[in-house]
Amino acid sequence: MKEIRLHGRGGQGSVTAAELIAVAAFEDQKFSQAFPAFGVERRGAPVMAFARIAKEPIRIRSQIYEPDYVIVQDVTLLDVVDVASGLKPEGKIIINTDRPKEKLKLKTQAEIITIDATKIAMEILGRPIVNTTMLGAFCGASREVGLESLNKAISERFKGDLGRKNLEAIKTAYERVS
Amino acid sequence: MSQKMSPPIQKDPQKRAASMRVVEGSYAVAHAVMCSMPDVISAYPITPQTHIVEHLSQMVADGATDAEFLTVDSEFSALSVLVGSSAMGGRSYSSTTSQGLALMYEVLYNVSGMRLPVVMTVANRAMGAPLNIWNDHQDSIGARDVGWIQLYVENVQEAMDATPQAYKIAEDLDIRTPVMVCMDGFILTHVYEPVELLDKERVRSFLPPYRPEHILDPANPYTFGAFADPSTYTEFRYQQCEAMVKSMAKIEKAASEFQEIFGRYYGGLIDTYRTDDAEVIIIAMGSVVGTIKDAIDQMRAAGKRVGLVKIRSYRPFPVKALKDALKNAQVIAVLEKDVSVGYEAGLTTDLKAAFYNSNLRMPIVGFSAGLGGRDITIHDIERLVQKAEAARAGIESEFEFLTLRKEIL
Repeated sequence: MKEIRLHGRGGQGSVTAAELIAVAAFEDQKFSQAFPAFGVERRGAPVMAFARIAKEPIRIRSQIYEPDYVIVQDVTLLDVVDVASGLKPEGKIIINTDRPKEKLKLKTQAEIITIDATKIAMEILGRPIVNTTMLGAFCGASREVGLESLNKAISERFKGDLGRKNLEAIKTAYERVS
Repeated sequence: MSQKMSPPIQKDPQKRAASMRVVEGSYAVAHAVMCSMPDVISAYPITPQTHIVEHLSQMVADGATDAEFLTVDSEFSALSVLVGSSAMGGRSYSSTTSQGLALMYEVLYNVSGMRLPVVMTVANRAMGAPLNIWNDHQDSIGARDVGWIQLYVENVQEAMDATPQAYKIAEDLDIRTPVMVCMDGFILTHVYEPVELLDKERVRSFLPPYRPEHILDPANPYTFGAFADPSTYTEFRYQQCEAMVKSMAKIEKAASEFQEIFGRYYGGLIDTYRTDDAEVIIIAMGSVVGTIKDAIDQMRAAGKRVGLVKIRSYRPFPVKALKDALKNAQVIAVLEKDVSVGYEAGLTTDLKAAFYNSNLRMPIVGFSAGLGGRDITIHDIERLVQKAEAARAGIESEFEFLTLRKEIL
């Protein structure tokens, strides 16, 4: 089983991103689960969401404390949340930032992957909504979900022009980290 | 001779099927309600139940069901509306949680006392004060004695599948008792996971149309819930108790008939997991059962003989099934998400009472955990088992808070 923890701020679509991971993983013929860290959601407040991917039906319901992957949608969270908490040394953390990873002062043995998802999202979507872009980076860095499956999940969720732009954002991020 | 249904237990009810889809728990429940062909749905939003009635509202607007969808001014009204609609012969549904269920309290007795087969989803949530929107079982355990059947579910698929089963049980003319389907708020209502969505036509073959014997009808007048003085009141309660006893066989039958059509089975009144040679048996209900199963597999791999009994039906309380499932345990650990302030907690006390006048004398220790949404981890389950094992040498504490943070007291 692979466990993924997403950190974001309320309104950034972290829960949607977790859901899309679950849908994509299921497309890959696996079992999956996605759920929010049920907070009192407020726009801008730190939030978490979780996803699990496994070959067998997933029974466990507890939150994720030792993730294989961490996705950080907003680099300012590093000042207020221990985003790398429990991250497995062989795992990966993918952070949306324009800063070089050496300057992030992250306490983890895991591989750190940075991507300026805000820039990609602004250029392609015209809005600083980075969740789908970060999914493209996650897909490229982890290969835990197939790009085709992720695209299918996105296309089901976002129709028309919005869907097309999101697919482009995913492709851009995917290629940048691959 | 009693016709005991003993279907082959399908241990893996979530085998991957091509027709499965990843959906939110609330959507799955709304879909199950829609497939159950309700006549009246009453809705008052309250977290974490809101998504269920939002999805139903959409389904009504889309014409997926021709149910009357009533938005009301409170939970008190939500259930009161259903007293009327159910008494008039309409299949009736609502859902609520926590303070909403508490506000319904008076009406809960009216529904059960009038023998109205209402089905309601309770998205289990803690009771305030202090205000808390997260999951535990205090709300429905607190409504233990209101005369409703209470079914607890482990995952989204079971939450969905239990809904038409609940109508079948409730509307049986031998039972005529309302049913609460209790699903963990947030943990199950807000999770996305693969489920096989029910098919309306197949549900129709499982659940016949509601055909009540008595309805409110000006052409053929009856009185519902009328005055009962001391000469008859006891007999009303007695008949409710009798119906609850009879409902045990009906709950098992509904589960078996459901399995015949849909191929999924979750146990009748209870289910067991690796109990055959278990020395320590954990008893629990709701979504934590899944986490416990994973914990048991890990402990089994380390040589510990641990098993699980999952309670599906808390009311009626399945005494005989529990005694059969637990008779060879050396110690029983109850894990429950509620507390009776002043004396232990519901399930622990009920289980001890069930065993007292029997020859079963293994220690029973109770643990409250997961209150107000505190996470229950595999590590917590391992600690629970350690404590239970220690109780074999002598019980130090019959009941405790498993994950109490003493440092902040």
